[in-house]
Amino acid sequence: MDDELAISVRGLRKAYGDNVAVAGVDLDVHRGEVFALLGPNGAGKTTTVEILEGYRRRDAGEVTVLGVDPAQPDADWRTRVGIVLQGTGEFDELTVAEVIRHFSGFYPDADDPDKVIDRVGLTDKAKARTHTLSGGQKRRLDVALGIIGRPELLFLDEPTTGFDPEARREFWELIRDLAAAGTTIVLTTHYLDEAEALADRVGVIAGGRLVEVAAPNRLGNRQEALATVSWRTPEGTLESAQSATPTAFVADLAARYGGEVPGLTVTRPTLEDVYLTMIGHAR
Amino acid sequence: MTTTTKPATPVTATRGRRPGAGALALRQGRLEITQFLRSRESVVFTMGFPIIMILIFASIFDGTIGGGVKFTQYFITGMIATGLMTVSFQNLGIWIPIERDRGVLKRYRGTPMPKWVWFAGKVIMVVAIGIAETVLLLAVAVALFDLDLPGTAAKWFTFGWVAVLGVTACTLCGIAISSLARTARSGSAVVTPVALVLQFISGVFFVFTDLPTWMQQVAAVFPLKWMCQGLRSVFLPESFGAQEPGGSFELGRVAVVLVLWCVIGVVLCLTTFRWTTKRDG
Repeated sequence: MDDELAISVRGLRKAYGDNVAVAGVDLDVHRGEVFALLGPNGAGKTTTVEILEGYRRRDAGEVTVLGVDPAQPDADWRTRVGIVLQGTGEFDELTVAEVIRHFSGFYPDADDPDKVIDRVGLTDKAKARTHTLSGGQKRRLDVALGIIGRPELLFLDEPTTGFDPEARREFWELIRDLAAAGTTIVLTTHYLDEAEALADRVGVIAGGRLVEVAAPNRLGNRQEALATVSWRTPEGTLESAQSATPTAFVADLAARYGGEVPGLTVTRPTLEDVYLTMIGHAR
Repeated sequence: MTTTTKPATPVTATRGRRPGAGALALRQGRLEITQFLRSRESVVFTMGFPIIMILIFASIFDGTIGGGVKFTQYFITGMIATGLMTVSFQNLGIWIPIERDRGVLKRYRGTPMPKWVWFAGKVIMVVAIGIAETVLLLAVAVALFDLDLPGTAAKWFTFGWVAVLGVTACTLCGIAISSLARTARSGSAVVTPVALVLQFISGVFFVFTDLPTWMQQVAAVFPLKWMCQGLRSVFLPESFGAQEPGGSFELGRVAVVLVLWCVIGVVLCLTTFRWTTKRDG
């Protein structure tokens, strides 16, 4: 086994009756990496991740997570893996601090509960019953429970659903901190900016297959794609042109206009454009 | 033979201590009790119901059932048994589906907590609440309705083992029946009718021997009837045994039936218990 790999998946398959959720996925995640699994609803993201988390049985394929087959999870392996599920398990009658403190007792090397509460930004809510939290705050509690045991590997299934933009930025900082401390992170998301902001590599999953794995800026050969240059003519109409050498093209334009080009933009396909093309093909 | 001297493997990180298994179970029990006491519906429904019932019944039927024995003496046995069944069977049968549906159970499964700790937490909660509720019930009955408490150590001993076996059987059956509910809301719909029917046919609300024979025979299949009968041997004079269907309190048979239900309960739990909902795989 390759010690550098946190996760190794070969030929993973899973069907629910006639519905094939995962149709042969191969995947490697390196230690210390932030890996994002991107895909539309029903693409097989959650099924794949829950197999890796030891929640679901697979039909076929070889899977190791931190050197262990997750179909046979033991307590030691569970201490090394942190999980933030998509659905949240709520403890309505308890306070944030009570829940986090309780879960810290399950781990031999748990983090300080107060520190974790502070880290996820719930200090003000530490004494609040969990049923009084907003959706975003509940999600932060989920994250706190995922990291309380100082996991080597952290799974996050759509972690920022329900966050406002500011909370998302804060959450991203937290993930970057964890990654900087050496935690391997696997997250699923359907926010492209999230994948782009956080992930070292992105795997696009559609129709139960991994259609591409690449660094976010390399996905779908984005780097090599033609740039679109657009500008306004003096008459006010919008012109645009595709170019492999946009810098030279803009220099030409500038010469033609004798300085500033009105309404000038230079764009390459966004991650979203590339992604939509990819999942469109897979359908 | 070759001996390879390996450098002593450094202990990977200074692992802190996790509470021992017993301490983990106690923490879990404390958490369950806290959750129970903070949930107003649980407290009112579980703790309040038997007390309200004894207030009503003892006020309506304040006569005697022969031999100078107060009706309260008879009725308290059914209320204690019902209370124990409510705190174990109904409480778990209703709450576990809710926790399963909310994903609380799934979340526990994702931690290194040993599975049995979760069950132990439930059992500790049931036992603690069961004791509190029974004590409260006895206190109310003694204070307001002149209940005579058992006078001998032997009777208290019988009280103890009937309660323990009864609660154990009902707890196991409550955990088992929780898997029948598909959603959070259906737990109550599955459990409540079962409990209510058992209460009516097992001699909780009526003198058991006044019930039709066929009803008595159906009731004899289930634990509640035997819990009531065992408790009657504690709260009624010995001579009343002759009025039981079997001509005595049949304590041996009480023990056998309750133990049998414990075994059935364990088997059902082991074969049917689910940590996640069906739609969750």
